[in-house]
Amino acid sequence: MSATKERRPVKARRDRPGLKARLNNYFAIHFHVLTNSLSLLGRTPLSTFMATMVIGVALALPTMLHVSLSKVQSLGAAWQESAQISLFLRDTISEHGALSLQAEVTRWPEISGVKYISPEQALEQFRQGSGLGDVVAMLDKNPLPAVLVVYPKLDQSTTLDTEVLLSKLRARPEVEQAQLDLEWVQRLHGLIDLANRAVLVFGGLLALAVLFVIGNTIRMAIQNRRDEIEVIKLIGGSNAFVRRPFLYSGIWYGLFGGLLAWLLVNVLLLLLDGPVRQLAALYGSDFNLGLIGMQTTLLLLLAGPLLGLIGAWLVAGRHIRAIEPS
Amino acid sequence: MIQFTNVSKRYANGFEALNNLTFQVERGEMVFLTGHSGAGKSTVLKMIPLLERQSEGQIIIDGKELSKIKRRHVPALRRDIGIIFQDSKLLNDRNVFDNVALPLLLSGDHHPREVGRRVRAALDKVGLLAREHDSPIALSGGERQRVGIARAVVNRPKVLIADEPTGNLDPILSQEIMTLFEQFQQVGVTVLIASHDLELISQMKKRILALHQGQLVAYQEESQP
Repeated sequence: MSATKERRPVKARRDRPGLKARLNNYFAIHFHVLTNSLSLLGRTPLSTFMATMVIGVALALPTMLHVSLSKVQSLGAAWQESAQISLFLRDTISEHGALSLQAEVTRWPEISGVKYISPEQALEQFRQGSGLGDVVAMLDKNPLPAVLVVYPKLDQSTTLDTEVLLSKLRARPEVEQAQLDLEWVQRLHGLIDLANRAVLVFGGLLALAVLFVIGNTIRMAIQNRRDEIEVIKLIGGSNAFVRRPFLYSGIWYGLFGGLLAWLLVNVLLLLLDGPVRQLAALYGSDFNLGLIGMQTTLLLLLAGPLLGLIGAWLVAGRHIRAIEPS
Repeated sequence: MIQFTNVSKRYANGFEALNNLTFQVERGEMVFLTGHSGAGKSTVLKMIPLLERQSEGQIIIDGKELSKIKRRHVPALRRDIGIIFQDSKLLNDRNVFDNVALPLLLSGDHHPREVGRRVRAALDKVGLLAREHDSPIALSGGERQRVGIARAVVNRPKVLIADEPTGNLDPILSQEIMTLFEQFQQVGVTVLIASHDLELISQMKKRILALHQGQLVAYQEESQP
């Protein structure tokens, strides 16, 4: 009995550690499980690798689309700022008439500048730009009209103002046709909006796929360790205790998948960058793809682990509860 | 410490494993449970950590009535009881140290640093401190069983239960294991061991409960303390 008495105070201290000690234990234990679950993944390198690959590719697809779209979007925005109106003049208008129209329009308050392109200059530009020099040489008369390129002032270039300006210019008798070069930019925006919506839907579906892949991987891991789980439950492991390393595994899968996706997309962007620059240069633009931005990187590295946790959480509870020692 | 009152257990297939069983084990007592296979020894032991629930009757362990313990509190109950199995049930994917440390990690009450000290103390008690880094696969049957005992006592439970702990061991090793259990009894742990090895358990000079078809038959006279 004296032995029991001696042990009592020690036991009491052990059974009721203070809040600080408990919190301390809590974090220490979670850190232990965190690292432990990582080494568990290392124990089955092949299946870990396969799952990571699937998750990585599934995350990379929408990320790639998102990144390319936002690049194109910023390009569209830049073009919108450089909105311009081309005035195709009637062929009865002489060069003098064109120049005086240019001088008049330039004085309008909403105009920042007007550039005159004579039919000869236009033909020369076409010859260089189109690569159809031989065809041009065969023409006996220049079919191109004189053009005034009108640059509206930037601070007034809202859509409404541009429309008003356009009709004002169209009303001029010298003008055969006035074309707002913004239209295709607006169409591009419409397309981008649509594509963004598609990326969201696509991304949502692939996120669902990631959930299922992680869920299935965790489910198989639980089945593989069935005996171990039984023993742990036999000696007093709660469902939460058994579940913890599996949840962390899910987080790791998600994180690795996210990192892999980040790497894949960057490699793709680098591979595409050269051809894109060449293509852009043909249009006189210095557009380039660059790499994934900080924001997208963070999003990817948060979404991966989060999807992993949810995927693991969805299956782990149910499958672990089903395993009972007997 | 352990009190069974009119406990019966019927399985779904109609088999009656225990029939109106009443017995009591005092705090700090060491008691053997014997009988032929199928007599109900394992069923009694399984009821204590709630691996099975009784059909009728009342079981009280350390003042707690088991039928009132809810499912989510079962793990906590099991952590307060040291359980030793015939096949020791060690986890072969981790070494001896990690096996013994497991119960301490389960409760979440111990800092990993403290775990090391306690695990080594428990391994020292069973004489396997030198093997802490080995895999259970590398151990002999007797050593595995001692690791199982170290795991059962590392949490300092008040109650130890063992189901045929020497079932796979030769007489000398069996004797060693029983002596080990006696040492825990001497420091105040209540020990209940199921064994059909009458020769071995009568040497121990402890109280013996004999089961036959789920009922208690006579205590063995010569083993009364």
